[in-house]
Amino acid sequence: MVGKKGRLLVLDAGSGMRALGANVESVERVDVLITHLHMDHIQGLPFFAPLHDPDTRVDVWGPISTTQTLKERLNRYLSPPLFPLRVRDLSNVDFHDVPPGTFDIDGIQVTADLVSHPGPTLGYRLEEAGRVLTYLPDHEPALGMHNFPKSPEWTSGYDLAAGADLLIHDSQYTDEEYSQRIGWGHSSYTHLLAFAAMTEVSTLMTFHHDPDHSDQKLDEAHERLRATGQDYEIVPGTHGAIFEI
Amino acid sequence: MAHQQQPVEMILLRQLASYLAIPMWMMDEAGNLIYYNESAEGLLGVQFDDVGPMAAEQLVGAWNVTQLDGSPVPDYDFPVVVALSKRKPAHRAVRFQGMDGEWRAVEVTALPIEGQGGRFLGVLATFWEVED
Repeated sequence: MVGKKGRLLVLDAGSGMRALGANVESVERVDVLITHLHMDHIQGLPFFAPLHDPDTRVDVWGPISTTQTLKERLNRYLSPPLFPLRVRDLSNVDFHDVPPGTFDIDGIQVTADLVSHPGPTLGYRLEEAGRVLTYLPDHEPALGMHNFPKSPEWTSGYDLAAGADLLIHDSQYTDEEYSQRIGWGHSSYTHLLAFAAMTEVSTLMTFHHDPDHSDQKLDEAHERLRATGQDYEIVPGTHGAIFEI
Repeated sequence: MAHQQQPVEMILLRQLASYLAIPMWMMDEAGNLIYYNESAEGLLGVQFDDVGPMAAEQLVGAWNVTQLDGSPVPDYDFPVVVALSKRKPAHRAVRFQGMDGEWRAVEVTALPIEGQGGRFLGVLATFWEVED
């Protein structure tokens, strides 16, 4: 995400980080907002070129823990034998433990809150000049609900997503798949549509596709989602997609 | 950002409580009753859907409570009040009168709920009927 002042914010640090880093030129500062420390959300971090550029300041934000700092937890991955460098070798990088709450990054208001997913997991709401982007890549708001959704008060992620111009949301499973994977921390298409409708977003981007779903299967699923005739726009999350909010 | 939603820890706690067969009672950080489960309804003498959430001030006197010998229990000594005000677990055996008019002897254990980042979120209490 690029803010109005040109600040680059990166949402999570998955496998796309290497390509992103290779295409970032003369950036003075990058902020990386990590939702949680499952491998698919941090595996690209060591390969992000600005991390190794002493002229670029990198701020990494992630969920707080009761036992270790974010830096200590990431050091378990960013250290030998898994990686040749250690976190302490990255003098241009600062790590920030993020409790639920709101903070400011160069005029962008960032609200972080815990959401329903195994292990402490944050969702992010980014607001600037009245426009809102909400990022909930791993989210199972229907967990344990008999009839989802019930009310905003008892729905994980509601405050983060309410009225968002763009909601980027977990869309991992078909309804049939979800019934076999309850508690794994992800959403079914039906739950996704219900959540987006409840939160009254303008645009829903499906995201965190199941790796076992082929492009053809995803295309067919999106056709079915669009055919449900929702009040909001539904767009598929794809590599290289650009949105102006 | 307007807040309409409970913290996710409380949402997940409610969902867990709704599945359990032990009576459970939940209050938010201000002492408002936000939920009790179906198992608790039998002891409290009223269904949660019939009373709904209750503000802290409504709870005072909503259920008559005494010690097992019938003497009064000071409010500050009641387990949920201790967990709420001192933020530490508390336990006590009491008699109380459900909204169905029945007096029951119960043991009450209350726990403060603390979320990540040291956020105090409320109180969870469980109770069970004992021989009077």
